[in-house]
Amino acid sequence: MAAVQETIDRVKDIDVDQYRYGFETVIESEKAPKGLSEDTIRFISAKKNEPAWMLEWRLEAYRRWLTMTEPTWARVGYPKIDYQDLYYYSAPKPKKKVASLDEIDPEILKTYEKLGIPLREVEILEGVERPAAAVETEDGEAAAPRTKIAVDAVFDSVSVATTFKEELKKAGVIFMPISEALREHPDLVQKYLGTVVPTTDNYFATLNSAVFSDGSFVYIPPGVRCPMELSTYFRINERNTGQFERTLIIADKGAYVSYLEGCTAPQRDENQLHAAVVELVALDDAEIKYSTVQNWYPGNSEGVGGIYNFVTKRGDCRGANSKISWTQVETGSAITWKYPSCILRGDNSSGEFYSIAISNGFQQVDSGTKMIHLGKNTSSRIISKGIAAGKSQNTYRGLVSAHRKASGARNFTACDSLLIGDKCGAHTVPYIEAKNSSAVFEHEATTSKISEDVLFYCIQRGLSQEEAVGLVVNGFVKDVLQQLPMEFAVEAQKLISISLEGSVG
Amino acid sequence: MTALLEIKGLHAEIAGGRKIIQGLDLTVNKGEIHAIMGPNGAGKSTLSYVLAGKPGYEITAGEVYLNGEDLLAMSADERAAKGVFLAFQYPLEIPGVATLTFLRAAFNAQRKARGEEELSSPDLIKRVREIAKTLNIDADMLKRPLNVGFSGGEKKRNETLQMALLQPSLCVLDETDSGLDIDALKVVANGVNALRSAERGMIVITHYQRLLDYIVPDIVHVFAAGRIVRTGGADLARELEATGYAQYQSEAA
Repeated sequence: MAAVQETIDRVKDIDVDQYRYGFETVIESEKAPKGLSEDTIRFISAKKNEPAWMLEWRLEAYRRWLTMTEPTWARVGYPKIDYQDLYYYSAPKPKKKVASLDEIDPEILKTYEKLGIPLREVEILEGVERPAAAVETEDGEAAAPRTKIAVDAVFDSVSVATTFKEELKKAGVIFMPISEALREHPDLVQKYLGTVVPTTDNYFATLNSAVFSDGSFVYIPPGVRCPMELSTYFRINERNTGQFERTLIIADKGAYVSYLEGCTAPQRDENQLHAAVVELVALDDAEIKYSTVQNWYPGNSEGVGGIYNFVTKRGDCRGANSKISWTQVETGSAITWKYPSCILRGDNSSGEFYSIAISNGFQQVDSGTKMIHLGKNTSSRIISKGIAAGKSQNTYRGLVSAHRKASGARNFTACDSLLIGDKCGAHTVPYIEAKNSSAVFEHEATTSKISEDVLFYCIQRGLSQEEAVGLVVNGFVKDVLQQLPMEFAVEAQKLISISLEGSVG
Repeated sequence: MTALLEIKGLHAEIAGGRKIIQGLDLTVNKGEIHAIMGPNGAGKSTLSYVLAGKPGYEITAGEVYLNGEDLLAMSADERAAKGVFLAFQYPLEIPGVATLTFLRAAFNAQRKARGEEELSSPDLIKRVREIAKTLNIDADMLKRPLNVGFSGGEKKRNETLQMALLQPSLCVLDETDSGLDIDALKVVANGVNALRSAERGMIVITHYQRLLDYIVPDIVHVFAAGRIVRTGGADLARELEATGYAQYQSEAA
């Protein structure tokens, strides 16, 4: 995709400490009054023309949230967030309903263009050669043909465009902003919303339930293999705006979908809050593959600014033989608090978690997964690669648990950490609970420092210090990169090199 | 005519103060192969690292010129782009990075540094495969992560492959014979001999005469206690095989 190539080219030119997404788009926007109250929630719900039950659902969550306290168990530190000092809703003006991309504010389209997001529907030529910079297929064999990607773009609080709608409709796939789904498919939303992450789940998820303003909704009908990758790009643009998206994906019996998520934000001195919730439901024989490349603004080299990313992501393998796979590449955010998890409820269901978490500068990452084995003969696999550079702290926190009735549960976990420099930290906190004697859990963990001798070997062959680090790190994370869809893998590979720039002296 | 490599009065020590190279003079002209022989701990490997620019060594005196340019003023990657190639005694492993990926990264990094155009992937692959064939390297080895799980022979053939691809002007071979059986030694030596040219110079570092039966040097130096104590022709190597290094160690001390 030309847009992707363009992104790569632009990425190549970036300097250390110059976050490439750090531009702000000047557009008029409509905001809810600052602060959080029942009125704010009523305002949001009214703006979205939501059904009455939805407002009640939100208010209930809000009342619950008031009784909760912010969790402090993660290995992250940050000044107290003043929840009354945030805007909870910001929508680009004009608010009139848009029927096609042509009616969207050109400034917003330009923003997405700058981000390299292919909003325009482009017929992709068959058999076009990939650029040489494409992800290595080791011996340079032709890579897989390019795939179509349908994109839903969320700007601050609202979804601005969803592409390929018609083609998806033909397949029976529903892919639209969740605010729209609430109006067009209220029964479907009501049936599944909050069934994986209940409104009472945790502080940030409960807050999200009260104030979420948009996000994506996906429904794949029984037996349907979604004909293209679905993708959402999130961008926080407004100052002091929290972004609270809600994503709900349902794969009905025998369905398959691959979903990609990308995130950016402008560069700002103050911290911005991002508290999203993602719920996945896989029914019998269904499979959901969810990939994230998270590149929120991480703050500057002194640790000022950056996104606070408190995200709850959970998948429910509700049906027998279902499968949910999480793949994440986390390079951004000042603070990451995120544990994409799988509830293996259906018999023979399986869950996977592949993660690359890179921290540099003053970033703090506390991320991992939970694999909850409930059904019989369930299996899970966790491959986590943490890379800490600069003065960052990088923690893997994971739980693997087998219920009493989860006979035959199996898990394999491998957590590898790589340290670059001597001022950073890597931590591994695995929790393992087996209440069934037939459960087999394996756990491997390594921590290593990037070897000076290996770097010298690369440099002796002509690579610069930074190219050498990029190469070694890309090798370190290869097992996970391979899990990403091709288009994302290319970008992720470049992102990894960029986020480590300036990490070695 | 300028010499390819000119080392004058070189003194070098390991960070921490241990003196390793103590007054080395050596001139290598284009087209020449020099063998450096000597006992363990004489500073032979240090010489190769100092030439390649490995961090951790301090040059306390002396000058080194490559084609008349001040080599010591260049960073290690600049030296590589200028044509200095070190075949490592113990090549390093890089998990997850396919050998071919590494070759491409190195080849194009050097081209870029010299202001040349990068070679397209298909052209590069073709070139690599041609060289690989002459070294009995099969396509599968090119896909495997660099040096990971390679046998001693595979590692050294891989070093030779890199050297043949990068076409350096100065090759420094550090104990290339270590870890090789006689068949592997012949393959590697053939690969090195194929690179002999009037434009290229080589320094072959070894303990043993054996390697020099296959890579025949023009000049042989005996290196002891950080400097050259004797210089001769190819016969010197055979003489050393018979007499050993003991006399030079006492001489140097």
